[in-house]
Amino acid sequence: MLSARRGCWDSRCQFPSDPGWQPQHGRMASAEEEHRELRARQRLRVMAGHLRRAEPAPPPGLNQCRAVEPGSADSAAKSAGTIPRRRQEILKWNGWGYNDSKFTFNKKGQGEFTGRRYRLSGMVLPALKEWMEKSFGASLEHRTTQRTTPNLQDLPLSILNEECLKELENLGIPFSQDPEDRLIRSHGHCLHEIFALREGKVERVPDVVIWPSCHSDVVKIVQLASKHNVCIIPFGGGTSVSDALECPTDEKRTILSLDTSQMNRILWVDEKNLTAHVEAGITGQDLERQLGEHGYCTGHEPDSMEFSSLGGWVATRASGMKKNIYGNIEDLVVYIKMITPRGIVEKSCQGPRMSTGPDIYHFIMGSEGTLGVVTEVTIKIRALPEYQKYGSIVFPNFEHGVACLREVARQRCAPASIRLMDNTQFQFGHALKPQVASIFTSFLDGLKKFYITKFKGFDPNELCVATLLFEGSREKVLQQEKHVYDIAAKVGGLAAGEDNGQRGYMLTFVIAYIRDLGMDYYIIGESFETSVPWDRVIDLCRNVKEKLVRESKERGVQFPPLATCRVTQTYDAGACVYFYFAFNYRGISDPISVFEQIEASAREEILENGGSLSHHHGVGKLRKRWLKESISDVGVGMLKSVKQYVDPNNIFGNQNLL
Amino acid sequence: MSHLATVSMASPAMESLYPQKDMTLNKRDGFEDLMEERRHSSDLRYAMRCYTPVLYKDLVPRTPSALRSIVLKSDQVQYVIKQLSKETGESPDIISDEASDILEKMGHGLRLSVVRFFAFALSKIFKALFQKVRVNEEGIHKLHQAIQEYPVVLLPSHRSYIDFLMLSYIMYTYDLCLPVIAAGMDFMGMKIVGEMLRMSGAFFIRRSFGADKLYWAVFSEYVKTILRNGDAPVEFFVEGTRSRTGKSLIPKLGLFNIAIEPFLMGEVFDMYLVPISISYERILEESLYAHELLGVPKPKESTSGLLKARKILSENFGSIHVYFGQPVSVRSLATGTVRRSQYNLVPRHIPRKPSGDVYRFLDAVGHRMVMLQQKNMVISPWALVATVIIQNLPSLPLSDLTRQTLWLKAIAEAFGAFIDWPRNVTNDKVIRSSLALRHSIVKTVKDQVVLCQEVTPAEFTVENIFKYTVSVLMCASYRNQILHVFVRPALVTIAFQNAHSCRREDVYSCFSYLHKVFSDEFIFLPGDLVKDFDEGLYLLVKSGAIQGSHTQIYISEKGGVTISFLSDMFRPFLEGYQVICKYLQCTEHTDHFTEKKFISEIRSYAAENILTGAIKYNEVLSMDMQKNALAALARLGAMEKLKIANGNVYKVNKQAVTKVANMLAPTIPVKNATAARL
Repeated sequence: MLSARRGCWDSRCQFPSDPGWQPQHGRMASAEEEHRELRARQRLRVMAGHLRRAEPAPPPGLNQCRAVEPGSADSAAKSAGTIPRRRQEILKWNGWGYNDSKFTFNKKGQGEFTGRRYRLSGMVLPALKEWMEKSFGASLEHRTTQRTTPNLQDLPLSILNEECLKELENLGIPFSQDPEDRLIRSHGHCLHEIFALREGKVERVPDVVIWPSCHSDVVKIVQLASKHNVCIIPFGGGTSVSDALECPTDEKRTILSLDTSQMNRILWVDEKNLTAHVEAGITGQDLERQLGEHGYCTGHEPDSMEFSSLGGWVATRASGMKKNIYGNIEDLVVYIKMITPRGIVEKSCQGPRMSTGPDIYHFIMGSEGTLGVVTEVTIKIRALPEYQKYGSIVFPNFEHGVACLREVARQRCAPASIRLMDNTQFQFGHALKPQVASIFTSFLDGLKKFYITKFKGFDPNELCVATLLFEGSREKVLQQEKHVYDIAAKVGGLAAGEDNGQRGYMLTFVIAYIRDLGMDYYIIGESFETSVPWDRVIDLCRNVKEKLVRESKERGVQFPPLATCRVTQTYDAGACVYFYFAFNYRGISDPISVFEQIEASAREEILENGGSLSHHHGVGKLRKRWLKESISDVGVGMLKSVKQYVDPNNIFGNQNLL
Repeated sequence: MSHLATVSMASPAMESLYPQKDMTLNKRDGFEDLMEERRHSSDLRYAMRCYTPVLYKDLVPRTPSALRSIVLKSDQVQYVIKQLSKETGESPDIISDEASDILEKMGHGLRLSVVRFFAFALSKIFKALFQKVRVNEEGIHKLHQAIQEYPVVLLPSHRSYIDFLMLSYIMYTYDLCLPVIAAGMDFMGMKIVGEMLRMSGAFFIRRSFGADKLYWAVFSEYVKTILRNGDAPVEFFVEGTRSRTGKSLIPKLGLFNIAIEPFLMGEVFDMYLVPISISYERILEESLYAHELLGVPKPKESTSGLLKARKILSENFGSIHVYFGQPVSVRSLATGTVRRSQYNLVPRHIPRKPSGDVYRFLDAVGHRMVMLQQKNMVISPWALVATVIIQNLPSLPLSDLTRQTLWLKAIAEAFGAFIDWPRNVTNDKVIRSSLALRHSIVKTVKDQVVLCQEVTPAEFTVENIFKYTVSVLMCASYRNQILHVFVRPALVTIAFQNAHSCRREDVYSCFSYLHKVFSDEFIFLPGDLVKDFDEGLYLLVKSGAIQGSHTQIYISEKGGVTISFLSDMFRPFLEGYQVICKYLQCTEHTDHFTEKKFISEIRSYAAENILTGAIKYNEVLSMDMQKNALAALARLGAMEKLKIANGNVYKVNKQAVTKVANMLAPTIPVKNATAARL
């Protein structure tokens, strides 16, 4: 069984090297079609500007799966992912994203975004400083001091007994006990985790990091772990914001961090059924880029897609920005293979829907690494969209905006993405506006502003903006665009141009970097999300924001916090709401615990206002305490009994969820 | 009275015990007299002045007609219309028109011109009626703040029709947003005045909704819509109706539920409840109330009736204190006690009954609000005087009255009462002027203070007894104003006497029973039994009446006076309940009976007993006491309450009645102790 899976590249559809392979719609052949498609690709490239590849990937190291397969050395090299084993070579050890990309203030006190990866890279952001001062009472003179290198001295020693070490070596799978490797896999991107790194506080970290490169490697690792009673914590992209990667401090066994980043190949593509079989460690950007080279995409684009992995999406029930067209992960997945201490879970066919009892994939999706490791996934693919168009709408206030989104959802004409930002976020968007190139643009901006605020009478402190992304055939896109703008006009919204929309989506990937800048200036922040029925969206947003403000005040935060939200997804029955919360912590001795208390109270407010515990971030350890309330005692019992059967010795002991 | 002699000896010692005077002085200084300015400047200019109240921060302004149409189109009202249409087969349009009619009748239409007219007219009237109208300014400031932050619910105490006129008048004077008032529909009978009240902000509800779902839906949505948007503070009376007895009434939760639901359903972040205590030195309706309590039907409010009431304008009704309490955040009350997530699973526009925990929450909040009203009541010297008089019927010498009143004042202050005792006037004069103001109730004959409707045994007839009782009840209604100050320690002393035991445990078990029996009569916070006992005991220990260890309690040497005074203060209630029990025990009731029948029978039974001298306190004739007793007996299982088509009927459980009767009377120590633990 294992050897069968060694044949990683099925000759049937080894598309990267098969010259006869052609995208399906390419066969239509007419020159116009081709031209259109070219344009579509071009647009995709623009949109995916952030995906610009980093340096050429380092050569693959010792890689059993690939090494054994003599003929595949070439393709293995080709498919190597963006993330090397030593992630720290390209990624920050103490913050979000790439080492070369960050917000900073230049000597003139102007904001800047460094690097060359993103559209915003290298741009000067003149309004950023003022916004930070105004919103947080921050000052460039008050800088925090943070460590420049990780605190490896205080790292606990690696627990690993001789026998186990020996067997591990015998597996021939690369592993490491290097302190830096271990530290880097001991956390996700929760505020407190990053804060602790910057301060040099370390607690429990994994004892060993191991890099399997294929399914069979994982089987061996899980067997070994079961034999020696070692705790495995799967690690995908490391972008968790639910404390899911945090090592339980009371874990006395060896903790093995199973880094899936080297399991990153597309094993086959089935054009007839439009599916691709992919190793679970592949990151979103690699998956989309590789599929895109051949005219396909999955369309799954969570904001973390540069770094997060397919396996991670499955394990957390991820959601992508363009789910209106492509669906969320549970809609996209056709087949899952997971290795558990009990054995392998999978289904025997790839039927699009089954009535075979409760869907076992739903035990896997959202299991958050408590049951096993997802190694391979068959995921739906679609031809790259022919045409893309951005758009934006200004509303006099948030209520009107929500009314518009609701109507769009009711009429089921939602574009690929539709997001509604509240006024505070709208203003934040302005803070990240690059220096205007010409007097003409600046004049035009002024004119627009005049039209909206003076002529239309929108209050600049109330108005809010929705950003839109349309995808599909040109004809359909234009039709849909008109439909959406008509709805918007009926509820008092004004179309506000493509540029604003595009800027909004461009910021999606950049915005995660801003927290690191804030932390340099005593500002800490976090985002959290929920899903809520339509009729409660406005109430929930207002109450949670107010709760954040009131709790901050009560807990001694000196300056009014930033409490802002946006509606990021629409469904038939409700919406997904994202909150951003940040404050200036000068004068507070224990900012992280204050922050966590406030966040917890906001979560309680969400639950009391009819919101869910999580829409797509997952429960992890951060939201565990509310799970029972959310899914009932019996519900928790059901999950527990699955865990009990699948993993009786708690090998997958990250203690998430339950 | 046996303790009279000791009072004079005790009082000097007592006086030194109470160092709290400074605090009350401050409180007094915090009051501002509204009438002061009115007496010195033009009422017309006052009525026409610029009126720009502060508004709620998130307010979206709208006209009354827009408000009505929002209510009519709301999911809540539309849902009920559809339901009713399904049930009755009536077309939804007709029901909708009906709803629109209801709204029309109910909807307040605030007109500034009417407000100005009221401001002018009320200035004239209030100046004629009252010496002073004193308002705590700090409370006004806090309210000013609160109105801007969150929707506000004003919860005044209800002792008189004047209440809501006075409140709106004060709000106008301080440039605060005029409240929208939920008032009884019977005001609508007063044609012109009713219409004018409506234009000044009152909206009207029927006294009882009965099963009228449409009315209920329209009404509740109307209140909620105002609260959600924060158009204006909503004002209603937690007690439900005017208290005829001067005692606070058990809170009514229907309106409360409506008002708090927007918070529970997350439609507003928070709300403020503002308890307001309106204390009258003399209540306009005092004699009317006494008649009502004795079963003389209440005259229907009509405009001509109001005009006839003009003659009261020539009378002096002393001063009024209006204390605006600290705004209480509903959110802070709800935190940890009520799960708002229970509203997640049913669409919010579908009407639903409050669940158990919501009901308990409402009940607790209602009680707390009434207690806050009580706490901030200002007690006039007359209330103390009346208390002493009623314990010394038929008469007592003026000098004794003065001495005892002063003693009572000291102890009341020690117990936390806020007494408006005039400064720079001799105590003697205070009492004399207090008596003079009540010339319709009491008179002084040969230095003896007696009730006006004096009866000598020779004249005892049923009719005379009722006449006499009117005076007693009027007097009692003022005593009742201070009962909340004493009720906890007094019940401890009664428990102590009834238990015939010094063991704290026995006293407590006896107390807990009394607490239960009288929980319709006096306001106790649900679940606060132990706290109430401890507080009562603490006050008694503090005042030196009782000494004790953790397990044993003794009356101190000089404590006897306090003990017997306090227990006598509540004796009328104890005796009243006993009489009622006795009646139920000794008469045969084969049938079920209604409350109405119960009341009329008790009344004649009690009147006979008073004639024969078997009953000492006439207060048992009060309908209020009879109703409360009935409720208590039903609660204790001594009466079985059965629901029938047009109301409730009751059935006596004699055994249980006997048990209640036994528990109210002092019994043999051992037997009592065991019984009390049952």
